[in-house]
Amino acid sequence: MSFLNVIRKRLVFLVFVMFGVTLITFTISNLIPGDPARLIAGDRATAEIVEKIRNDLGLDRPLYEQYGKYIVGVAQGDLGTSIRTRRPVLEDLKIFFPATLELAIVALMLAIAMGIPLGVASAVWKNKPIDHLVRIISVIGISTPAFWLGLLLIVFFYGKLGIFPGGGRIDQNIAMPQHVTGFLLIDSLIARDFTAFKSVVGHLILPAFTLGFVHLGVVARQVRSAMLEELKQDYIRTARANGVSEFSIVFTEALPNAMIPSITVLGLAVGDLLYGAVLTETVFAWPGMGAYVVSSIQALDFPAVMGFTVVVSLAYVMVNLAVDLIYMMVDPRIRGIS
Amino acid sequence: MPIDMSDKTILKIEDLHLNFPIYQGAVHAINGVSLYVDEGEIVGIVGESGSAKSVTAMAALRLLPKGSFRLTNGNITMLGHDILKISEAEMNSLRGNQVAMIFQEPQTALNPTKTIGKQMFKVIQLHTGKKRKEARNLALCLLQDMRINDAEEILQRYPFELSGGMRQRILIGLAFACSPRLLVADEPTTALDVTVQRQVLQLMRAKARKTSTAILFISHDLALVSQFCDRIYVMYAGSIVEEGPTKLVLSAPAHPYTQALVRALPESSTKGQRLESIPGTVPKLTIKQEACSFRERCDHAHDLCVKIPSLVMSGVKTQKAACWLLEKVR
Repeated sequence: MSFLNVIRKRLVFLVFVMFGVTLITFTISNLIPGDPARLIAGDRATAEIVEKIRNDLGLDRPLYEQYGKYIVGVAQGDLGTSIRTRRPVLEDLKIFFPATLELAIVALMLAIAMGIPLGVASAVWKNKPIDHLVRIISVIGISTPAFWLGLLLIVFFYGKLGIFPGGGRIDQNIAMPQHVTGFLLIDSLIARDFTAFKSVVGHLILPAFTLGFVHLGVVARQVRSAMLEELKQDYIRTARANGVSEFSIVFTEALPNAMIPSITVLGLAVGDLLYGAVLTETVFAWPGMGAYVVSSIQALDFPAVMGFTVVVSLAYVMVNLAVDLIYMMVDPRIRGIS
Repeated sequence: MPIDMSDKTILKIEDLHLNFPIYQGAVHAINGVSLYVDEGEIVGIVGESGSAKSVTAMAALRLLPKGSFRLTNGNITMLGHDILKISEAEMNSLRGNQVAMIFQEPQTALNPTKTIGKQMFKVIQLHTGKKRKEARNLALCLLQDMRINDAEEILQRYPFELSGGMRQRILIGLAFACSPRLLVADEPTTALDVTVQRQVLQLMRAKARKTSTAILFISHDLALVSQFCDRIYVMYAGSIVEEGPTKLVLSAPAHPYTQALVRALPESSTKGQRLESIPGTVPKLTIKQEACSFRERCDHAHDLCVKIPSLVMSGVKTQKAACWLLEKVR
């Protein structure tokens, strides 16, 4: 199977996924009791005004027509207009999505940077104190609700110690770097504004840790079990019999192979991080998609909610495609006979 | 620290006792094994599964998983090094360099995600400090010595693209990378089909003669060992029951177990007759042996056999066996 084949297959697959996702969200949106037109018009508006708004928004059209119109728009890159902000949904997402993506990527990197060494240590020193410690950390990580952990961290590091900011992406008295990528870490570096960069890093640490903590546990456990499995293999014994040092056996023989099953877990984590960001962002007043979508749901702003779903699903499919391609790169057996 | 380099003994195991702790008790795997391998010699260890042949070899190379076993007595000396005392780094500089080992399963003995070349270069460079290009030349030579014709191409291949026989030849070639003084071959051909078996063994022996490498050959196959080895040790339930030059042991086995093994060879039976076998099974090793371990299955068992016999000369030159019958003869 070649890379191109996989990509082609996945893109075809993507069409069906997006179709399904939009259909389901659209149906659910319309099953929810509540009338966006009534909400916009306010309590005291007359039935006439409500009807007019409904007409303006196209909500009086039959459902299939509304859906058809929407899907044609999506295919052309038009996610509709937000009922709440009255701006194109795509424009809104362009502002909020990078903030969420930045948070999710940093959270993932934290989970990887801490989870892999913990998992390796745990496997190498199986049943030793460090292994028990890692397993305890993993279980705590997996079972701690992010919003609760976030609050604890804010109380302690912001409230008591005052070493990290309590929320937002950047200090309010620091000017935002010029918008280039939407990622403040990158934008501030492009602008060579190191005060801003420092502030951005400081603001990222607590929410990224909160969001990444769950996955740290997942990654550590996955790497641990994969490492234990690899270290049992015959080729490890061959390496030992050939005088390869224990360090090299762990890091150059076993770990790369143990990472193969772990890649799947990491791919799933990316999707979880994007959805999971909603709660974390709310706790940390992070101006990302989470906050945007929560406000949109409250305002029954269906185009915005659906736009969010479409973008996240798209990201999810893309990450899975990337996972498959990485698989092929690291495992010659999947690539097939060369 | 080299102790006595003038000695031509490459590996010497003395009165080794080793057990594996398990839930409630232990498996007494090795019960007083002594053996040696001299320079350039091919020495066989024969015995049925569970007789601790492999464990003995793994212990000699310190390849048993740490903490999984208890060594209660014994010494292992290899090329003047006290194997039970030297550091891990010293052990690593011996393994793959002065002493190499190959295993039963060539299917899984290579890293599945690295090319043959990458794996060979790594070991070669580790011990010789050669540059990549020199390492590559040596790898090609090693493969050619193993009668692998398209060596260049094989270096680019992944293990899953090659046959078992091919992989085992690669592993044997790699084992000779540093012209080791000793090669431990643990059932190297058991997983291969019979036609390939012979070829692989011949290649291994030819190469060993060329580099004057001694071989410690472990097998359950008495017929194979008899064609291949200068001297053999017969193991039973974690002890050596007979040792001596292959020809002597096979033509005049002194221990009842060896006698039974020789009778059980298909070659020694006549057509149409039932094939010989040894009734009974190996004793449970969870109980520490106080008697001769073969007593239960032995036709000649008598009162004396409740005690463990020691290895004694069987009367002929260097042949020894551990049986009370021999004591009586003396």
